[in-house]
Amino acid sequence: MNMPVAKAEVLVSAAPAPTKPAKVLPIRLKRAPLKTRLVTFASTVATRMLPPAIVIALSLVAWELLCGKTGATLPPPSRVINDAWDLIVDPFFDNGGLDKGLFWHLSASLQRVALGYALAAIAGVALGTLVGQSVWAMRGLDPIFQVLRTVPPLAWLPLSLAAFRDGQPSAIFVIFITSIWPIIINTAVGIRNIPQDYRNVAAVLRLNPLEFFVKIMVPSAAPYIFTGLRIGIGLSWLAIVAAEMLIGGVGIGFFIWDAWNSSHISEIIVALIYVGLVGFVLDRIVAGVASIVTRGTAAN
Amino acid sequence: MGAYCKIDHVDKVFSRGAAETCVLKDITFEVEKGEYISIIGHSGCGKSTLLNIVAGLTPATQGGVLLEGREVNEPGPDRAVVFQNHSLLPWLTVYDNVRLAVDKVFSKSKSRAERDAWTLHNLDLVQMTHAKDKRPAEISGGMKQRVGIARALAMEPKILLLDEPFGALDALTRAHLQDSVMALHQKLGNTVMMITHDVDEAVLLSDRIVMMTNGPAAQIGEILTVPLARPRKRMELVADAAYLKARQRVLEFLYERHQYVEAA
Repeated sequence: MNMPVAKAEVLVSAAPAPTKPAKVLPIRLKRAPLKTRLVTFASTVATRMLPPAIVIALSLVAWELLCGKTGATLPPPSRVINDAWDLIVDPFFDNGGLDKGLFWHLSASLQRVALGYALAAIAGVALGTLVGQSVWAMRGLDPIFQVLRTVPPLAWLPLSLAAFRDGQPSAIFVIFITSIWPIIINTAVGIRNIPQDYRNVAAVLRLNPLEFFVKIMVPSAAPYIFTGLRIGIGLSWLAIVAAEMLIGGVGIGFFIWDAWNSSHISEIIVALIYVGLVGFVLDRIVAGVASIVTRGTAAN
Repeated sequence: MGAYCKIDHVDKVFSRGAAETCVLKDITFEVEKGEYISIIGHSGCGKSTLLNIVAGLTPATQGGVLLEGREVNEPGPDRAVVFQNHSLLPWLTVYDNVRLAVDKVFSKSKSRAERDAWTLHNLDLVQMTHAKDKRPAEISGGMKQRVGIARALAMEPKILLLDEPFGALDALTRAHLQDSVMALHQKLGNTVMMITHDVDEAVLLSDRIVMMTNGPAAQIGEILTVPLARPRKRMELVADAAYLKARQRVLEFLYERHQYVEAA
């Protein structure tokens, strides 16, 4: 710490010599000692983590007290851990058939969601652009969309089973049809809200429709599109659990249904926690992508 | 042979349902090559509509615009517009905003390296090279307008259209930018048509001033030639007799003969 100061003093005294140009010494910013930095870090962590930790702990205590009594219909947390310990500690086991770890069930569900959601994102942005850009398309399609989007996801399942005659494509279709509406509607709003200024710029530059779509529409409507995509991913995760309960096979939805049929209530509770966590992570991922992509768009 | 740019008997009628509003009536004037012409009038007189018609963004109801003998009926980079509120794309950097225009206009005639050099050259003309990697949100209003001007200049337009380019700026920035535009016009010899409502600005910058009567059905009231030699210096003109006379003519026109009518 003292070294640079001493050096600078020497150079100052040598300054009158005209041949030697003064050397520029970097000023070292004093870093806070390790101890204070650790304390600051710990206090940040504490302010973020402590409140949820306390709330969770209190809820667990309340749950334990409420369900610990004899005659309670649901197991208390202590029994959940006891009963479903295998499930909690090893999500990767695979005993063939449906007797698999939660990782495999979740991964099967996620694959269905990924496919259905990806199709919905592509079709939704395309249809939303059409509806947002063309007055005629809006007049023709918007009333249909407004009616269809209120149909509950599971109501589509029998129809899609009849059409596809197989569980897998039917589940994917249910995801698709559930998550497409918010994507269409938000994209259309975003396209309609492109400022006239940007359209004028495009007109003066004579951008062709493809260039206009890539260079003006998508970036300008990106915040809206991502709002739709974020609602869409939430809805598709909601729908998959319900759809899988009905179609069966490997998947977190059927795992829960199967656990109910075998009266493994503790397994249901563990699965629910996993479903919640995965849904949360999916939402965060889309939100993260959105904040990267729309970095420049939000502020003008 | 006709003039470089001719606005020929332009009428503009906006109709909504059965209601028709005549905004412009029989507007005719010519712009010479290299000329700086201003259009001045009270707000609502349709001067921006006139600029949009020249730009091709709005079609004229009657009459038309001829540029080098060819009719204007759609927007294009030969009539680059500097918009009042800069209209830069916020998701692109300053460089990319100009580059977008350069890439589009010179996609065939210039190589990649030439387009890069041309983009930087135009940013340099407006002294914005230092901020080329910033986004519009990170620079001041005056700087944004400079970039808007660079983008328009980079298209090498036959006529440069300025739609109240300094309207949203504070007085000091505005004066500074007016000097820059004057210097650019001197250097490049562009033909410029500018919409303004600032009398001093019009007299300082223009070769001729087109004064418009109040709407509805605004017409050209008078066209004033500003007999001042270039280059012009703001400080020297303050006491110049010809400058003061021109300024007085415009003021008289706007405030005595065609007073602004509040929300007619």
